[in-house]
Amino acid sequence: MKISRRRFLQVGVTGAVVLGAAAWLNHEPDTPAQGMRALNAAEAGLIRALAPVILAGMLPNETAQRQVALNEVVEAFDRGLAGMPLSIQAEVKQLLGLLTFSPSRALVAGVWKSWPEASEADIRAFLLKWQASRFVLLRAGYQALKQLMQACWFGNPLAWPAMGYALPARSGEIL
Amino acid sequence: MACDGLCPSGPLGGNTLVSKLPDPIRLGLDRGWSVQNGATLKADLALEADIVIVGTGAGGGTAAEILSAAGLKVIMIEEGPLKSSSDFRMQERDAYPQLYQESAGRQTKDKAITILQGRSVGGSTTVNWTSSFRTPEATLQHWQDQWGLRDYSQGALAPWFARMEERLSISPWSVAPNENNDILRRGCEALKIPAAAIQRNVKGCWNLGYCGIGCPTNAKQSMLVTTVPASLDLGARLLHRVRVEKLLFSHDKAVALEAVALDEAGIHPTGIKVTVRARHFVMAGGAINTPALLLRSKAPNPHGTLGKRTFLHPVNVSAALMDSKVQGYNGAPQTIFSDHFLDTLPLDGPIGYKLEAPPVHPILAGITLQGFGEAHSTWMRRLPHLQVVLALLRDGFHPESIGGTVTLRQDGSALLDYPISDYVWDGMRRAFFTMAEIQFAAGAKVVTPMHEKGKPMRSWSEAKQHIADLAMKPLECRVVSAHVMGGCGMGSDEKRSVVRGDGRYHQLENVWVFDGSAFPTSIGANPQLSIYGMVARNATRLAEALVSQRKPLVG
Repeated sequence: MKISRRRFLQVGVTGAVVLGAAAWLNHEPDTPAQGMRALNAAEAGLIRALAPVILAGMLPNETAQRQVALNEVVEAFDRGLAGMPLSIQAEVKQLLGLLTFSPSRALVAGVWKSWPEASEADIRAFLLKWQASRFVLLRAGYQALKQLMQACWFGNPLAWPAMGYALPARSGEIL
Repeated sequence: MACDGLCPSGPLGGNTLVSKLPDPIRLGLDRGWSVQNGATLKADLALEADIVIVGTGAGGGTAAEILSAAGLKVIMIEEGPLKSSSDFRMQERDAYPQLYQESAGRQTKDKAITILQGRSVGGSTTVNWTSSFRTPEATLQHWQDQWGLRDYSQGALAPWFARMEERLSISPWSVAPNENNDILRRGCEALKIPAAAIQRNVKGCWNLGYCGIGCPTNAKQSMLVTTVPASLDLGARLLHRVRVEKLLFSHDKAVALEAVALDEAGIHPTGIKVTVRARHFVMAGGAINTPALLLRSKAPNPHGTLGKRTFLHPVNVSAALMDSKVQGYNGAPQTIFSDHFLDTLPLDGPIGYKLEAPPVHPILAGITLQGFGEAHSTWMRRLPHLQVVLALLRDGFHPESIGGTVTLRQDGSALLDYPISDYVWDGMRRAFFTMAEIQFAAGAKVVTPMHEKGKPMRSWSEAKQHIADLAMKPLECRVVSAHVMGGCGMGSDEKRSVVRGDGRYHQLENVWVFDGSAFPTSIGANPQLSIYGMVARNATRLAEALVSQRKPLVG
């Protein structure tokens, strides 16, 4: 118990230093991308790159449908983020900032190419690394990305046929 | 009404559909209820009342009706929006941002526990799964013995539980359980573990299974459709989308509260301020928020107890695949339970747990299941065959289960720090064993503990090995909570507690905590009926005291 507490504190400090350095050094403008409320262009690119890996097996295969799905995931992520309390938005933006700033992306995520250019294998390796990381902060980052992305797609009626889900028959008497 | 969150503004999605059923809230508004949406306020408001109630959930709603019926002038203030059946479109993506704290993503400080807590008129009762239990005997005995709460015997509380059961149509659910719950029942039966049916607060329930995202038929007897409308009919006033920032004190009394109006999305203050002066102040924002409001107000805290001992009933979860369809999203969500692993363990021994089944809707199941990509989608693509059991741990009864501490972020918002102790982890591992054994006994083909390293297990013997080997760590083992309790615990000794047994703040003459934050431990059962019973008694006593010594308003 004592050891894990101490380790947690160390991770907290290291994590805070990395986050702080990335925020300090990153001078990319943070203005929402066209049509977005919270995500800037680089962050929208990150979400779009992660989506096919996190949602593998759940997205349509047909090209046009897949593009619609990916667009809606990014839009839902943006809407969802903009709908959260400001303190949570700030935290998520800090995580996205860390991942879209090239030096910290390479250092902490181990992804050397920009997200739109990264291979699915690289992205998968990054997610697996954070999923099993001994650092609580990175596991929390993985959980945030995974859960937000999954919520953004599984709540969309377009996603339901692949999982065999439908509203109950009697919903027609209500809606 | 505006769609606040994840729902699209385009032609896709369910938000273009509107409920065709009568909406008692919209009918009441048409009758001329005194209701104001903070988002539309154009000028500051300065109000006076006998009683101002912060929060409209199980505690605030119950108190509002009782105090209004006594002829007192009541103002209810709710941070969340007023949403009603016309807005409840059976869509998770609409409901979570609209009806839950932090878009249903409220988390503890290290993010290891996700907390489902309501945030709209009706509070968590608008989104709970209707499970109704009287406070267990063992819990009440512990409160009497350890916390000096002498009038918290089962006999003394029985009439108050009975009164609220009648008020909210709480009764045995005679309809057959859905398959998700019946598998829990059959598994327990096969292992000779006692299980029973859960009482529910419903009237004319359609058995749809969408209680958690706003009942679309108004069958659920939440505060939204019972005590809050009754209070408004009695002349109470409701402000929603208004966040209380702090109480102002003079000597040992509160004299006023200051609040800010929020925009329609409930995020940014609009700049409009609301001030309420009152004789008495009822705190009912729910655990986490009530202690946070008192901390922001710098309420007297001579013994450092405020915000401490906040409990969660930490929950871990086990998923199974069945050959036949389960469709855990259809039918009343929570109808079977087992208390075997509470009843057979002493309160001061290893942590005990209650077994229940949750609803299995796409977002809730999807984000709770471990992993991503193919490993995740092999489960998700078989959603109709997914069966889920949860174990709810009884925290707060043992020296190694001291719960969490509510703190304030820099911006003044509430943050709960709840480190999971080895004592709690031990209970979760035992619960994983129990749940897997029950699921296999009920015929599951594959079972997995919801844990990032949880593998598909194909037999009970395989499960015994795998669960024993799992590292129980934060953000690997999935831990959730739907019950937040404590932080302003009751007790006779003010050095160890925050409020008295009647709910009054120890050091403040006219501040009352009438919500789940007053519990000195967790309940060991879904807490709504415990809150109703306790608050019905305490609010009635307050009303009687005020009516018998009626004084002019504080000036």
